[in-house]
Amino acid sequence: MEDQKKMEEFQAKIDARIKIEPKDWMPEKYRQNLIRQISQHAHSEVIGMQPEGNWLTRAPSLRAKKILMAKIQDEGGHGLYLYCAAETLGVSRDQFIQWLHEGKAKYASVFNYPSLTWADMGAIGWLVDGAAIVNQVSLQRTSYGPYSRAMIRICKEESFHQRQGYEIMAHLANGTPEQRAMAQDALNRWWWSSLMMFGPHDSDSAHSKDSMKWGIKLETNDDLRQQFIDKTIPQAELIGLKVPDDNVELLPNGSYKTSDIDWEEFWNVIKGYGPCNTKRLKHHKKAHDEGAWVREAAAAYAEKKAVEAVG
Amino acid sequence: MNNLEKYSLRVADSSWILGCRLAEYSSNGPFLEEDLAITNVGLDHIGFAESLYKYTAELLADGTTADDLAFKRAEHEYYNVQLVEYPNEDFAYIMARQFLFDVFQYYFLEALTDSKDETFSALAKKSLKEVTYHLRRSTQWMYRLGDGTEESHDRLQKAINHLWMYTDELFYMNDVDKDLLEKGIAVDLAKVHLEWKEKVKEVFDEATLEMPDLPKFSLKYGKDGFHTDYMGYILTEMQYLNNKYPDAKW
Repeated sequence: MEDQKKMEEFQAKIDARIKIEPKDWMPEKYRQNLIRQISQHAHSEVIGMQPEGNWLTRAPSLRAKKILMAKIQDEGGHGLYLYCAAETLGVSRDQFIQWLHEGKAKYASVFNYPSLTWADMGAIGWLVDGAAIVNQVSLQRTSYGPYSRAMIRICKEESFHQRQGYEIMAHLANGTPEQRAMAQDALNRWWWSSLMMFGPHDSDSAHSKDSMKWGIKLETNDDLRQQFIDKTIPQAELIGLKVPDDNVELLPNGSYKTSDIDWEEFWNVIKGYGPCNTKRLKHHKKAHDEGAWVREAAAAYAEKKAVEAVG
Repeated sequence: MNNLEKYSLRVADSSWILGCRLAEYSSNGPFLEEDLAITNVGLDHIGFAESLYKYTAELLADGTTADDLAFKRAEHEYYNVQLVEYPNEDFAYIMARQFLFDVFQYYFLEALTDSKDETFSALAKKSLKEVTYHLRRSTQWMYRLGDGTEESHDRLQKAINHLWMYTDELFYMNDVDKDLLEKGIAVDLAKVHLEWKEKVKEVFDEATLEMPDLPKFSLKYGKDGFHTDYMGYILTEMQYLNNKYPDAKW
């Protein structure tokens, strides 16, 4: 009975758009759902440092290199805010990292694709960050306070990333024939994986129903994906590039009809069989393992100093 | 190229190559906060190098751009010190390289603020604020690793012992230095050497580390255009797109 009453009060708060804070009562499934989603989001930011990091040593100008470094640093910073938000649910960052390494926690599947040319730095910013923003703008209104506040901060930086990605693409599209081909090739390779970022059709989404009821998620996967498509196709046309889909059709309502996603590839990459799944996790684990002695040293030194301060 | 241009380029090159090395370390840090901090230091170095490349390009006044200077020279036309070329072997090497260079750069810039060249003086003042922070950070890591665990102490001591051979070059003065020192433009590196030794000793003592006592190695220096085996690979990657597509603008 007690729980029933708490549950009703909880749902009333959600419906009234009052934020849930860490010390408030919440249903266990709500907590678990958030732990899964926020940690997955944090891991995505951190693993997302790798495909762009692949071009750090090859960035072609001083400005390009500085922007790329700053952008990757921002992604890591987003990972930090999100780990902090997730930790308010009673799980430590070490535990989140362990779950990632054990394959129990996921990250955005889009980062399991390789970044083959410099144009990928444009395509990732424009498309991958562009898709992330559509999702994150919606999540600014999410029901859990710390997650919502992290999203508000993150959105400000992501829109800068999206603009700089588009700037790279526009620059290449107006460059030499080789640069132009590079830009089109990157769009071809990143288009579908960006559309996949919104997740399965709502009818196939395991967590969508509860997440919507509890205000964790406010719009459906398909609605968000459509918003992204409608925004992005005209941007491609503006710089003379074409999305790799022969069935694109502008509907009278101003929305675009597109081909369906290759769902077999989508599920296959999620299950771990994408081009870079093994590489990304191995890299993260290697850096973490190689850093163990450094973390131990820092902890040992801090302890010595604390003892000296007391003594 | 005259001596002023060479000097400007040399100071820029050391920060540029170190910045490249630090950038390369992104996503490899022992924990996220440290990963981001290292990128931050790298960005400061690249920003400082960029200012000097722009200044050098202005001095040259022949249409050469800052990017041309950073990306389009042959290996022997780079004048950075060899210390900054050393690979990111592990966190101990990275921090040892950083500390040895930070101490040098701190005293070097402090002296450069008095340069009769107004651009050098202004850039040194601006950069000194950043380098003060870099030095504080790498000093903290000398303490943490040196006086942390037995393993961290041994790893750091080993890295210091190995990198020590590259520290002589920091204070080597060639004709460029001698000429510009007379004109009140360049820094007296003999003086910087004394300050560097004193500071390094002080931090090592506190960190329970030993100052290596090694003879001078037989090296030809980066300041004269001679580099380590590692330099060619840094340039191969850094210059890849500019080499492959010489007509393209990025």
